[in-house]
Amino acid sequence: MSLNEILDQVRDLPPPRILSNKPRFSDRIFRGIVTLGGFTSLLILGLISLFLLYRGFSALRTEGFGFITKYEWVSSINSDGTEGEAASTYGVGAMLVGTIITAIIALLIGAPVAILAAIYLAFYAPIRTRKFLVSVVDLMAAFPSILFGLWGLNVLMDQGIYVAELLNKYLGWIPIFQVPVPVFLRSPFIAGLVLAIMIIPIVTAVSREIFAQTPLDRIQAAYALGATKWAMIKTVAIPYGYSGVVGGAMLGLGRAMGETVAVFTVLNIVYRANFDILLGAGGNLASHIILKFGEASSEEIKALMAAGFVLFLLTLAVNLLADFIVARTGKRGK
Amino acid sequence: MVPVSNEIEVKPKQPWKPTQKEINTNIGIFILNILVTLSLIQFTGFSGKLAFVVLFILFSLSTNFLFSLYKGGTVLAKNSLATGFAFTGISLLLMPVISILGTVIKRGTEAMYIGFFTTDMSDDGFSSALDVGGIKHAVIGSVIMVTIALLFSVPIGILTALYLTELKGRGSTLIRFLVQAMSGIPSIVAGLFIYSALITGSGRGFSGFMGALALTILMIPTVARTSEEVLKLIPSDLREAGLALGATQWRTVAMVVIPAAKSGLITAAILGVARIAGETAPLLFTTGGADAVNTNPLDGNIGSVPFYVWKALIDGSPNAIARAWAGIFLLMIIVLSLFIVARKIGSPKKVRS
Amino acid sequence: MIDKSVREERPVMSEPQKIQPSSLADVAASKFEKQDNVSAAYGSGLDARNIYAWFGKYLAVSDMSIYFAAGTVTALIGPSGCGKSTFIRTLNRMHEFIPGAAMSGEVFLHGKDIYTSGIDVTKIRLKIGMVFQKPNPFPSMSIGENVLAGIKLAQLKVPNKNELMQDCLERAGLWSEVKDRLNQPGGSLSGGQQQRLCIARSLAVNPDVLLMDEPCSALDPGSTLKIEETIGELAKTMAVIIVTHNMQQAARVSDYTAFLLSEGGPGKLIEFAPTREIFGRPKDIRTENYVTGRFG
Repeated sequence: MSLNEILDQVRDLPPPRILSNKPRFSDRIFRGIVTLGGFTSLLILGLISLFLLYRGFSALRTEGFGFITKYEWVSSINSDGTEGEAASTYGVGAMLVGTIITAIIALLIGAPVAILAAIYLAFYAPIRTRKFLVSVVDLMAAFPSILFGLWGLNVLMDQGIYVAELLNKYLGWIPIFQVPVPVFLRSPFIAGLVLAIMIIPIVTAVSREIFAQTPLDRIQAAYALGATKWAMIKTVAIPYGYSGVVGGAMLGLGRAMGETVAVFTVLNIVYRANFDILLGAGGNLASHIILKFGEASSEEIKALMAAGFVLFLLTLAVNLLADFIVARTGKRGK
Repeated sequence: MVPVSNEIEVKPKQPWKPTQKEINTNIGIFILNILVTLSLIQFTGFSGKLAFVVLFILFSLSTNFLFSLYKGGTVLAKNSLATGFAFTGISLLLMPVISILGTVIKRGTEAMYIGFFTTDMSDDGFSSALDVGGIKHAVIGSVIMVTIALLFSVPIGILTALYLTELKGRGSTLIRFLVQAMSGIPSIVAGLFIYSALITGSGRGFSGFMGALALTILMIPTVARTSEEVLKLIPSDLREAGLALGATQWRTVAMVVIPAAKSGLITAAILGVARIAGETAPLLFTTGGADAVNTNPLDGNIGSVPFYVWKALIDGSPNAIARAWAGIFLLMIIVLSLFIVARKIGSPKKVRS
Repeated sequence: MIDKSVREERPVMSEPQKIQPSSLADVAASKFEKQDNVSAAYGSGLDARNIYAWFGKYLAVSDMSIYFAAGTVTALIGPSGCGKSTFIRTLNRMHEFIPGAAMSGEVFLHGKDIYTSGIDVTKIRLKIGMVFQKPNPFPSMSIGENVLAGIKLAQLKVPNKNELMQDCLERAGLWSEVKDRLNQPGGSLSGGQQQRLCIARSLAVNPDVLLMDEPCSALDPGSTLKIEETIGELAKTMAVIIVTHNMQQAARVSDYTAFLLSEGGPGKLIEFAPTREIFGRPKDIRTENYVTGRFG
């Protein structure tokens, strides 16, 4: 059929009717209000970045890119309380390093435990046990972070020091397990341990939900081919849930990066980039902000706001990436 | 003539369940593992609960592996190793939970006495004796702030959920993404934001209202996400029935959808409260944490239970730490009861009645 | 008597269920004449005795005993909810995956009860393969890997994997269509091809019995016909048991037919006989009512 013939046919067709669906006045108000409510989250996220950037702008402008790379945070205040112009310099590099180190320790310890627990909940637990344990995981996610801090300081610390000493004794030849002085109390390693326990519930919950969506027909196909439970998990569940679990682990990473009170409680906050994870000194962005906030001059407050802005962007990026990965997995199930 | 039934009684069986003999073997292996681990600890330099747990896990995994290797070959041995790892995962998850709850119960009552809930800390320091001072101001402050946060976040959260489920507007994907991202905002950022936007440079000081705003930011995502789950479960024929009767969309939502989802929406609000009840970091930047009762949320420093725990923790003396545990004990009781109430009212998954 | 070419032209799926009983009987008879020399020379088949199956307190299947001879195709027919699927799931121990499930009775494979305690259930499922209603190839694997999935899952040793892959695909009637794209994902095939891929996958572990749970109900008439041809091929070396809603299909492919009915209570075996008798001169009035389309 030639193009002209097609065009002729099209011309012969009656014009399509326009289906109008003009909402009534009350509905238009309703839709307006709901849409407004729906976009509140966008508004809030926008305002957060706007105000933190606005308040911290002067510090960011003075320091430039150095704000996130410099390992120096010096606020000079004269003896009479006025601020000296000379030597103030603000860079969150060391705390950024601390944030990443503690979060990675948390992920390395917490994620395997959480994923194994999720596999147990999705494929091994009897129904009643599973229901109960899922509630326990939900409850654990709602534990206040100050509780983790208090427990970490009072209960976990001794065990953590013991493990740290063992690591140092037997694996001390690995650079990160070396310590210049034998101070194992309140180290990044112990902070990472507490953070690991804190992120276990969310990583478990996300992974379990992904695993529970594994299509039943694929599971049955594997079993019908003589698979053991492990063989089924390896060939069906893990390929299906892989990226979702990675996303869940990244959500955990985001949580660990932004944790404040628990890290402040168990870690000996010292402004330095501490790569000796067993040594009792270090910090992360959030705990640094808390530490400096109480006695900060108005100029230092601005730098702290800028630090908050950096923390916000960092966690937002990690979270968005994680959500993107998780959402993509969810869609893949038929 | 009635036909006589000559059917024999047949009992349902589950031949795939392990037999008593197999269960006994497993229990035997389990006890053996404990004994061997204990003796290992005796003979080596390892000590402490943690060492026991680690050695026990390693030893159990290897005995189970070898036992099933001997019984059924590599395929079954790998399977039993995987089972062992799965059990290890859930045990390692449960251990801190049990330890935390146990410690809270053990230490939480040390600082409790008759006047704990009826006095405040205006006359006493955190390190003073445990029979003076109390948490009254903090409880009042927390109740005020959580109530205000509820008033803000529940409407916003439900509107967000309605936007996602009822309007399904073009921005739905974006909004769902942002709500998810918002739930991952570090709580300290919420506090910093309120401080930077409303407190610093404005001449206004700390107040309960500021704290409540910071908590609202953290509460919205929980309420919105739970509400969305709930509203998604409302059958769409219910909505269509409303529209087919000639009702406007807003009347359908107000008269049909919301009432059908009521219990689930209440659950959403409760879970939101459980999420923020123990938040500490945002309050550090917004409330000032008073030691006396302040019932005016619009003016002046105000106490709260998490702030009370924080102050006690910073003080660090033995009596102060006991007070911190008491505060945590109270928080945990609140969170736990909220959870139980939420389950009783109905989890979002059971909304469809 | 209807000859083969006429049968193939008949639009299978669109045909209304009410058809003359005599035509179905003829179909069954023609098949029977071709395979008259069936014997039990390929092993001992599968012997289900007094099978009961429960879901929790609900009894779904009651006192079902059927002997499935090797080298034959047995069709299970009956209205929805009569326990056909539940019954065949007890035959390879897939029933036990449903929480709260229970059963009673014995299933003998080569003279050994597959429900004996301490038996390795994965080895049972290797010997009794299963094809499901919906094609379910593993999406993370290529076509070739899908065929060999059972080998990988059970860690079996085979001398020549490529030869086995080709052999299974040929027996499933799929080789010529996929031989040039064995590395493409299994999901890239059409529905009917996917189902034949699943059949090939079941064949790779060399089962003695193949259970098929409505294997054609999700497929178009053309694909259905190809799978029916495959079933005829397979029955030369194993016992095939097929659940179907399509009585013409039962008449075309099976040597024996079992009619199941629940009548409000648990599903029961009403009649089990050579297929041409079920469709030609059923002994039970309920069978006759069903095959003539008076109910169901």
